[in-house]
Amino acid sequence: MALLRVSALHKYYGDNHVLKGVDLSIEEGEVVAIIGRSGSGKSTLLRTLNGLESISDGVIEVDGEYLDAARADLRSLRQKVGMVFQQFNLFPHLSVGENVMLAPQVVKKTSKGEARQLAEQMLARVGLGEKFNAYPDQLSGGQQQRVAIARALAMSPKVLLCDEITSALDPELVTEVLGVVRQLAKEGMTLIMVTHEMRFAREVGDKLVFMHQGKVHEVGNPREVFAAPQTAELANFIGAVAQAS
Amino acid sequence: MAYQFDFAPVLAQADLLLKGALFTLQLTVVGTVLGLAIGVLGAVVRAWRLQPFSAVFGVYVELIRNTPFLVQLFFIFFGLPALGVRLSEWEAAVLAMVINLGAYSTEIIRAGIMAIPKGQLEAAAALAMSRFEAFRHVILQPALAKVWPALSSQIVIVMLGSAVCSQIATEELSFAANFIQSRNFRAFETYLLTTLLYLLMAIGVRQLLAWLGQRWLMGRR
Amino acid sequence: MDFTLWDIVRNLLTGLQWTLLLSLVAFVCGGVAGLLLLLARISENPYLRGLARGYIELFQGTPLLMQLFMVFFGIALFGIDVSAWMAAAIALTLFTSAFLAEIWRGCVESIGRGQWEASGSLALSRLEQLRYVILPQAMRIAIAPTVGFSVQVVKGTAVTSIIGFTELTKTGGMLANATFEPFLTYGLVAVGYFILCYPLSLSARYLERRLHGPA
Repeated sequence: MALLRVSALHKYYGDNHVLKGVDLSIEEGEVVAIIGRSGSGKSTLLRTLNGLESISDGVIEVDGEYLDAARADLRSLRQKVGMVFQQFNLFPHLSVGENVMLAPQVVKKTSKGEARQLAEQMLARVGLGEKFNAYPDQLSGGQQQRVAIARALAMSPKVLLCDEITSALDPELVTEVLGVVRQLAKEGMTLIMVTHEMRFAREVGDKLVFMHQGKVHEVGNPREVFAAPQTAELANFIGAVAQAS
Repeated sequence: MAYQFDFAPVLAQADLLLKGALFTLQLTVVGTVLGLAIGVLGAVVRAWRLQPFSAVFGVYVELIRNTPFLVQLFFIFFGLPALGVRLSEWEAAVLAMVINLGAYSTEIIRAGIMAIPKGQLEAAAALAMSRFEAFRHVILQPALAKVWPALSSQIVIVMLGSAVCSQIATEELSFAANFIQSRNFRAFETYLLTTLLYLLMAIGVRQLLAWLGQRWLMGRR
Repeated sequence: MDFTLWDIVRNLLTGLQWTLLLSLVAFVCGGVAGLLLLLARISENPYLRGLARGYIELFQGTPLLMQLFMVFFGIALFGIDVSAWMAAAIALTLFTSAFLAEIWRGCVESIGRGQWEASGSLALSRLEQLRYVILPQAMRIAIAPTVGFSVQVVKGTAVTSIIGFTELTKTGGMLANATFEPFLTYGLVAVGYFILCYPLSLSARYLERRLHGPA
């Protein structure tokens, strides 16, 4: 039974047909990497999965929750589907620990003591246990992103969406973040990542989704797909990315 | 014939002036607390376009910001009795200040809310927080911190503007000054000292507000 | 004696004329004085700067009503019989000059240091730098907030009613007493100010948007 299923997903921005019928199925514990050019719709697709983007047609099913164009219980969905952003989006007026504690307290009505314990655990999990009382502007980009991951994890999501989470980082900080993600994958977290990190996708991913002009163009095991792309577009894309790096 | 400055008659009544100053401060505190409350409410309503309240607040803000405080005061004190609403000098003064500051702070705080980066809202949404939860925990404090200098300025402006409340016999500082100079005929000296008193109050209030902003809004560092 | 609506409006319009005239005089004279004050405020001479700063802080930190009284009673000390109009014009001019100088100072300071350095390297004197490079750029930025402040000037004229100047508010007060219709009269007075101020407010906002428009 798939944990997350997308059926015939369409999205329009005005007249712009951004997602042209996407079908996708993701099992529990799978690590999925979504790649593609800018404008291919990959980020939009990711953002429909937690309701940050509305859908024009089609159905999204996550662990028994249904999302369609008409109906969506976002509060319930978002407790099952967490997200980490490219720009981290930590809350600057709260300490690191308070950032992680906030949602459990407010949404799940967790007590302050329990939330604090949870936050300490999550921060330790991403290797930032000692930074509980620091403020976001005192941390490096890589540290901030790890806090963002801890913040999302504190809600015990079933699926974690990662929207280009290393794209805004200086190169030397990317490793520490990917290290955390690698660990999460090993622990069995279901991950859906829009990423440009091809090497990471190949090493850690279970499934690679190549998006092109609003459709899923190719799907498969990353190692096979990279070695032998079935479509010309993917071959071009891999070639272009290889040239750029 | 040179004019002989004589501050003694004024200083003799210093206690009256100080009492008036205290009254002005009381007016300001009440006006500020209630005015800011309206400002937060109005800012949310306007920022989120909660109709029909947003339109109502819109009209309210434009009316207040494009008419003089004195006229608003006269309208409340002299005009409302025609509708059966008869207020005391104190009540009318406070109401006028609250309505005035409420309008200005609605706009100021709204600007603060709009300046919060969209990413903050998305992060809060991704954490399953409702719009109101996001506002209370993620938006309000940073928005107020951002516009605190502008808000502080406006509070001082309203405090200085309260001087005209003396015209409806509210017994604040200007009223005390009017009273004193009408007895001792030392108008210039009286108003000079009163002006200095206002200046001191303005400086003091500005410092206090800066300190409060630092303590409450900028986070505990 | 029965008053018609037109009677009231007709009289208010007279007051409105004086409000308009006072606003214009204060704005223009205050603008000229403000420019001089600005030059003092950004001067290289620390005493000039200090004096200008003191002046500005004084006028920004005290009620307009007090400033008006000081001018009114202060001039009387010299034995000069000053009319309400004269005192009003002088006080509002001083008030306006302080605020405009401060607004314009903000605009001048927002001009990047690079402009000063470039023009300085071209051997221009400080006054020439201001005249040919800095102020022209600062003026563009200053238009929106200056128009915005004009609204404050118009509203400020209302306070002059207290020393008896027969502008809109004073006229309204007299009419309210004569007609026993304070609600209507002060309502119309508010409308009068609104008609003057709202277009100015809208213009200021429009200009602000045009300046910092879509990036």
